[in-house]
Amino acid sequence: MSYSLTHLRELEAESIFVMREVAAQFQNPALLFSGGKDSILMVYLARKAFWPARIPFPLVHIDTGHNFPETIEYRDWLVNEMGARLIVGHVEDSIARGTAVEERGINASRNALQTVTLLETVEAHKFDAAMGGARRDEEKARAKERFFSHRDEFGQWDPKNQRPELWNLFNGKKHIGEHFRVFPISNWTEMDVWQYILLENIPLPKLYFAHEREVIERDGTFISTHPTWVKLRENETVSKRMIRFRTCGDLPITGAIESDADTVEKIIYEVATTRVTERGNRADDKRSETSMEDRKKQGYF
Amino acid sequence: MEHLIKDGTFDHHGYLNMELLRFTTAGSVDDGKSTLIGRLLYDSKSIFQDQMEAIEKTSEQRGEEYVNLALLTDGLKAEREQGITIDVAYRYFATPKRKFIIADTPGHIQYTRNMVTGASTANLAIILVDARNGVVEQTYRHAFIASLLQIPHIVICINKMDLVDYSQEAYDKVVEQFKHFSSKLDVQDVRFIPISALKGDNVVERSETMSWYEGPTLLYTLETVHIGGDHNLIDVRFPVQYVVRPMSDEYHDYRGYAGRVSGGVMKPGDTVMHLPSGLTSKIAAIKTIDGDLDEAYPPQSVTVLLEDDIDISRGDMLVRENNIPDQGQDIDIMLCWMSEKNGLQPGGKYAIKHTTRDARCVVKEILYKVDVNTLHRIQDVNTLTLNEIGRVRIRTTVPLFYDEYRQNRETGSIIIIDEGTNNTVAAGMIIK
Repeated sequence: MSYSLTHLRELEAESIFVMREVAAQFQNPALLFSGGKDSILMVYLARKAFWPARIPFPLVHIDTGHNFPETIEYRDWLVNEMGARLIVGHVEDSIARGTAVEERGINASRNALQTVTLLETVEAHKFDAAMGGARRDEEKARAKERFFSHRDEFGQWDPKNQRPELWNLFNGKKHIGEHFRVFPISNWTEMDVWQYILLENIPLPKLYFAHEREVIERDGTFISTHPTWVKLRENETVSKRMIRFRTCGDLPITGAIESDADTVEKIIYEVATTRVTERGNRADDKRSETSMEDRKKQGYF
Repeated sequence: MEHLIKDGTFDHHGYLNMELLRFTTAGSVDDGKSTLIGRLLYDSKSIFQDQMEAIEKTSEQRGEEYVNLALLTDGLKAEREQGITIDVAYRYFATPKRKFIIADTPGHIQYTRNMVTGASTANLAIILVDARNGVVEQTYRHAFIASLLQIPHIVICINKMDLVDYSQEAYDKVVEQFKHFSSKLDVQDVRFIPISALKGDNVVERSETMSWYEGPTLLYTLETVHIGGDHNLIDVRFPVQYVVRPMSDEYHDYRGYAGRVSGGVMKPGDTVMHLPSGLTSKIAAIKTIDGDLDEAYPPQSVTVLLEDDIDISRGDMLVRENNIPDQGQDIDIMLCWMSEKNGLQPGGKYAIKHTTRDARCVVKEILYKVDVNTLHRIQDVNTLTLNEIGRVRIRTTVPLFYDEYRQNRETGSIIIIDEGTNNTVAAGMIIK
């Protein structure tokens, strides 16, 4: 008998450990749920961590109002399936309050506004820890992120003032008004997530699988059509293609790839042969080379 | 990840059976550490096209002759501007044999703090030595930290062999110098590999110019080094992390003790002792959502049910009655100080975290400070400042259940927290 774990079981054990630390160290934690596969993975890991008890924290969804309908449909199904509590923060409420201002122009998106609503939701519900599904392999600025990431009372992240993280001893001590972002799946890669989804037979939103859709080719990627959120630009045409999405962001800015991968196995094959990172299809990251770092400093996930 | 594809299909079986190796990289400034990591990522086909295009563009803008692989691991804006890395960054890659997590630590003044952080979870340390300079003061420091943190395997990469005409003499000199020093250290497994990260010799591909070297490449070493013995499988240690109480009709009286096994192998039917009470009970079941387990071992996260109703809470520990850890409040630890703001104050009070237990401590005495370059003990010191390492005696407010760090990295480690700022200010390895 060899007492060694496979790498996926070791990652699973680590993530469960981190979630239990959050439940033990914080008064009022929450799990940020975006509808993407990484946050879905987190919900399944949270169920494992506390079973047979229910997940002892609510799922928080920051709704930009620009979601794919499939994302909302899946979210509501999952919440019901898990017997979890759902809290929704609406970007439209922040716009109505005047705390967030809608962007204008052809590249307008609600991505930046999400940060405002997130911080308002954290404050309104007095969450002292918000778990997110960010992974360190996603982007350069995330490679240095801690599992327990301290935020000041403005929700800001200071890359130069992060606590050293040693062994499995996570320091969640804080002053009143401060909170933490916690990233239980920090050490997972995109391939790990897909393999685990296959291994554990985790259902996913339909957007991830190949389907026929009316799209516009834009900046080397395919954007879904929409009667009001997506405006056709000069020289752009609408075509019907077999596509799938690699991430589930906002409809107007989430690019699809041409694909016939309609099963998890086929997606894994595609991921293994793809030569572009999954964020490579997101218009928000392409704005500047340091866009992720700038958004993180302001309190983005 | 194309290498995981065999005959047009993805090798799921292979992927699911991979082990995880965590390693840390240490080197002085300009030893070529970033280039080495870039080379590992690049030659193992872990670089995406858009990442490669981005660094090609940057290299071109800077007027560099070749694509600067070091750019792949330069994370934050501040360090790109200064051209140095300032914190521990984590990188990932996989080969058909293993998945790897690299704790990439920078090589300047904050070095000790960062290397200790990266080393705390590592199975293996790569220490880079510039073949032109041989073993330098920093090499000693890196090796000392690796031994202090009890990293099970150390690989000395003698880099820039292309700049010494791939000479065996230069390699032999480093091996001899290092062995002389390491005899004073507590290290089990040290290997030496001559490489050129820039040209790729002996990193992933075997060198064609160093036929005198018959050992394996770096990647082969990373893929095959035996890590099965890196956890303590002898002494049962189960720090209780969280008590699961469903409060539902179906699981009315369920009290599950959730935690991660820190040592030993636990089985249903085993008699266990609860600390601090000293009461014993039997393991009724080891629960997971996927079914009950026949045994649990490190680093699994499980939930344990006991046959008897004992009052157990977070911070307590389950052990075997004939193999219990040390218990006490007066503890000697080797401390690495990590705060740039305030030094360690004798008589000072701090918060501590040890396993899942929170406590406070007072610093009774600083016994000595270690010169990390010479290993000399410096007596009569009254503080430890940033990056200094010393032996300290503390008294804790409640008893801790601990092992010597050499015996168990999880039950032998501790962090010290400043109660004013809540910052983690030191890492501690328990001596006794």
